[in-house]
Amino acid sequence: MSSLERPLPAVEIRAVRKAYGALQALRGVDLTIEQGEIFALLGPNGAGKTTLISILAGLVRADAGTLKVMGHEVTKDYRAARRALGVVPQELVFDPFFSVRETLRIQSGYFGLRHNDDWIDEILENLHLTDKAEVNMRALSGGMKRRVLIGQALVHRPPVIVLDEPTAGVDVELRQTLWRFVRQLNSAGHTILLTTHYLEEAEALCRRVAVLNKGQLVTCEPISELLQGRQAATLEEAFVGLIRDGEA
Amino acid sequence: MGVGFATLFSKEVLRFWKVSFQTLLAPLVATLLYLVVFAQILGQRLSVYPGVGYAAFLVPGLVMMAMLQNAFANSSSSLVQSKVTGNLVFVLLAPLSAFEFFLAYVLAAMLRGLLVGAVVLVTAGFFFPLQIHSLPWILVFCLLATGLSGALGVLAGVWAEKFDQMAAWQNFLILPLTFLSGAFYSLHSLPPLWHFVSRFNPFFYAIDGFRYGFIGVSDVSPWESLLIVGSTCLALSWVTLVLLRSGWRVRP
Ligand SMILES: Nc1ncnc2c1ncn2[C@@H]1O[C@H](COP(=O)(O)OP(=O)(O)O)[C@@H](O)[C@H]1O
Ligand SMILES: [Mg+2]
Repeated sequence: MSSLERPLPAVEIRAVRKAYGALQALRGVDLTIEQGEIFALLGPNGAGKTTLISILAGLVRADAGTLKVMGHEVTKDYRAARRALGVVPQELVFDPFFSVRETLRIQSGYFGLRHNDDWIDEILENLHLTDKAEVNMRALSGGMKRRVLIGQALVHRPPVIVLDEPTAGVDVELRQTLWRFVRQLNSAGHTILLTTHYLEEAEALCRRVAVLNKGQLVTCEPISELLQGRQAATLEEAFVGLIRDGEA
Repeated sequence: MGVGFATLFSKEVLRFWKVSFQTLLAPLVATLLYLVVFAQILGQRLSVYPGVGYAAFLVPGLVMMAMLQNAFANSSSSLVQSKVTGNLVFVLLAPLSAFEFFLAYVLAAMLRGLLVGAVVLVTAGFFFPLQIHSLPWILVFCLLATGLSGALGVLAGVWAEKFDQMAAWQNFLILPLTFLSGAFYSLHSLPPLWHFVSRFNPFFYAIDGFRYGFIGVSDVSPWESLLIVGSTCLALSWVTLVLLRSGWRVRP
């Protein structure tokens, strides 16, 4: 019965656990993100958001559980899983040996793409970096470095894009630009997973959110239902309530 | 092995090429200083093997020493730098296997070692007449020794989290290994204890075998050196690959 078949989820996370020594960073997390969503993973600092994303990207190994990107298990089928995923790291990392264009070319090469300059030009254009293409990474401002990081995540046109705190420490103007860009990517067919602790960011972009607290998912539902269920006027009110319940 | 591997390899080559002043020229100057000082001061009085001048003995040893040190420095410092600055993430996010990752770093390290060796050898050739006894032995030891040292550099780079941990490898492993390697002297001139210790040093065999290719005389048979350098290179590569596959220190 094909009518019962659901499209492949973009991201499927099942019973994922991770401990750093005695610290339980993730205590059994389940999460499914459908194709075409802009999904926000919310949570206070230290909740485990970056850890979860890092495991999804293969940067960190889970102690238990399974994770799939577009149906590809992230350790057994790591090549396909990594090709399906574009990750924008939380930290402003860069290689000081290279220019913006070299950085994007190298990243394309890592993903097996040798002649990618047309797409790289389009990325540079969209991220307003065209005039910085030949500039060394060291000479860029923080906001520009952030945009190059986004560009690096896009070189292989991944169906799923993960942005870890993309607007932390970013000025209002760049934040607006990034939100516009995220919506644009989404309407071009990309599934977006972003982590943030700015609640207005989630409200502006997403229909569905999950809240992670101390390594556990405390809710995962559409914002409208979350507000209704908690009889809250704003996402912030609902969020504060959820985290406070966790303290009790 | 495709475009991803080739890209990582050429990125690693570009990385040292762009700063060739430090990575190629500085080792050349350092090695020539050794050569001038030792060959000039000791050269007149010293002969290690009968009929072989000290310079003819010393040059191959110094060339191999430079190759070993630079191959190690390339893979180890690139990895530690990428870890400390965080940009290793770009390689880790890519669909590269542990083997592709390992091989790209080792081959780039070998290339740096070989370039330094070639530049030092050619420059030394201007000052001291060089003889070549057997080119195949020279090439075999060039490749195996830089491979061994490059693989050791990957292992050190995977293990180390900070620059001072890497400095410890340099000071407590690489430096003693290169100075107790018989680059400056024959093992037979050492006191029994140091002779014994040096027999466990793979760098000694790399130098002894490499030098055999030039002067046709060595402390041990070049076949023994080949066996030891080759098997050490393979063993180190295997250990490093197993650790890389397990994610040790790189994918925690
Ligand atoms: N490599 C690590 N070693 C030890 N503890 C870690 C490591 N990475 C993260 N943690 C800890 O795991 C918890 C979750 O961290 P993280 O995933 O970065 O949270 P978030 O991204 O939500 O702020 C924190 O308590 C953090 O200190
Ligand atoms: Mg984080």
